[in-house]
Amino acid sequence: MATDMTTTTNMAAPTIAGKTFAPIAARPAPVKTEGLVAWVRLNLFSDVLTGLMTLVVGGALLYVIPQLLSWAFFRASWLPNFEACRVDGVGACWGVVAEKYRIILFGRYPFEEQWRPLVATALMLALLVGSCTRAFWKPWLVIAWVAVLALFFMLMYGNVLGLSKVETDRWGGLPLTILLASLSMVMAFPIAMVVALGRRSSLPAIRTFCTIYVELIRGVPLISVLFMASFMFPLFMPQGFTIDVLIRVLVGITLFAAAYMAEVIRGGLQAIPKGQIEAAATIGLSYWQTQVKIVLPQALAMVVPSIMNNFIGLFKDTSLVTIVSLYELTGALSLALNSDANWRPFKIEGYLFIAMIYFAFCFSMSRYSIWVEKQVNKGKAR
Amino acid sequence: MAEPIIKFDKLNKWYGNSFHVLRDIDLNVAQGERIVICGPSGSGKSTLIRCINRLEEHQQGHLWVDGVELTDDVKAIDDIRKKVGMVFQQFNLFPHLTVLENLTLSPMWVGKMPKKDAEEKAMIQLKRVRIAEQAGKYPLQLSGGQQQRVAIARALCLTPKIMLFDEPTSALDPEMIKEVLDVMVEMASHGITMLCVTHEMGFAKAVADRVIFMDQGQIVEQNNPHDFFNSPQNERSKDFLSKILGH
Repeated sequence: MATDMTTTTNMAAPTIAGKTFAPIAARPAPVKTEGLVAWVRLNLFSDVLTGLMTLVVGGALLYVIPQLLSWAFFRASWLPNFEACRVDGVGACWGVVAEKYRIILFGRYPFEEQWRPLVATALMLALLVGSCTRAFWKPWLVIAWVAVLALFFMLMYGNVLGLSKVETDRWGGLPLTILLASLSMVMAFPIAMVVALGRRSSLPAIRTFCTIYVELIRGVPLISVLFMASFMFPLFMPQGFTIDVLIRVLVGITLFAAAYMAEVIRGGLQAIPKGQIEAAATIGLSYWQTQVKIVLPQALAMVVPSIMNNFIGLFKDTSLVTIVSLYELTGALSLALNSDANWRPFKIEGYLFIAMIYFAFCFSMSRYSIWVEKQVNKGKAR
Repeated sequence: MAEPIIKFDKLNKWYGNSFHVLRDIDLNVAQGERIVICGPSGSGKSTLIRCINRLEEHQQGHLWVDGVELTDDVKAIDDIRKKVGMVFQQFNLFPHLTVLENLTLSPMWVGKMPKKDAEEKAMIQLKRVRIAEQAGKYPLQLSGGQQQRVAIARALCLTPKIMLFDEPTSALDPEMIKEVLDVMVEMASHGITMLCVTHEMGFAKAVADRVIFMDQGQIVEQNNPHDFFNSPQNERSKDFLSKILGH
């Protein structure tokens, strides 16, 4: 059939009802949509305004980037020599990192004992990475946590196995940041779940207590919570009775983070349809079985991005413990630079260095959150 | 006559202070009886069956299920819920669990059954509702009719004495209604006590022992399906039937 028709149209001017056949004009070839040129045309110069924006932004980038590169790399001084940094025309002074990295990373921890926080941090990081991996989600992970935390404190505090004693107020830098962040996350999360459930409880006493807790903690800045934990709490304690400042601060951060997280989780709880709870009731599940098996898994799956948001915020909020003289990463940097007039002018480079450390952690958490989201949303894929 | 398995005695219920949703309900349901409840929306028919497993509390009167009176006694409620299965209009499957996990949840956690036994039992019920091949899927990956059949299987996993259906086909596309009704007809032939809120009059004619018509919180008329459909006595049931059968 098809060949028949082609032959017909190819024949010279057939006539239908006396009209001569006239082919329509050939259409122009389609615009190329593949390749670099086409991509640039489509995305950068699709119309006048877009083209103009491309030129302005592109120009600004062309102006800034070479200067940045020149400052950060080509004109930078890499040697731990502050004299070299003060020569005119020298860019970034990365020597500050080379010179001070041990104080930045480990704070006031005794210099010759710094292998101990190094090993402790490595153990802790291994534990955290392991805990995030599906293959390790086994009951013995709990034992691993207890063991690693015990090792961590043993290494850091010493006073056993011939290790010298190092008081907690001398702990600092990255190990302190990681310890505060991970412990407060691990402890705040379950508290937050219970508080979130409590705020929806049908028992007025529980509901009121949880509401007051959340509103009180949310209503004050973290700094004031830390301040109270560090300075006010001991005033109410009997003479001679003390709790280590590290533990007080840890409890403060945990309670603070839990209040925020509880509200996020409550948001997820609100989104669970009533029918789910009714269905659970009709098949005989108790209140706690319903919460643990039906409501919380769905509610938490919904709030993974917000929870991770809280975790990332919490990680960076640990920098506020400087206010009570615990020198975690940020505090340790100030300590390193302020104590040495020669290097004090090179704060920018120092802060860029710890910014990179913070970013590495926070970005990893953010990517991990995407993976978790994919895992928990499996049932929604059609 | 044997003791009824469900007995309503002058039961009254209000929503809030003003809305009188159930008025002086007197109703005896015999063991193995299949009852269809119909009536205009807002007439209290869903509330009536939801009182049976205490999803709704009544404020006046008495209600006995399998010899136990429903009060605030939580333990009694738990016992009754184990004997009463329920199927909802919106299926209410647990979307984060697979079909099989939806079925084994209660036998494992409430019935303390080993996982293997619970799964075997679940597969028997899934075969019964002809959906065994979907056991590993998640509910949202199934069609509405398939989801409702899973919901029926989930309720059956508790081996209930009584099954409550709350408009089980109202949320389904027309071509899926039949597959769900077929399963319900098959269940009815096994002697389980059924109370079904539905407007599927064909189903009522085929399996019901009794049709109950409700309006404004009251049982207005009840009769066997033949007489109810052919010679309704009450004005409101006549009017309702003419509307529902008229098209």
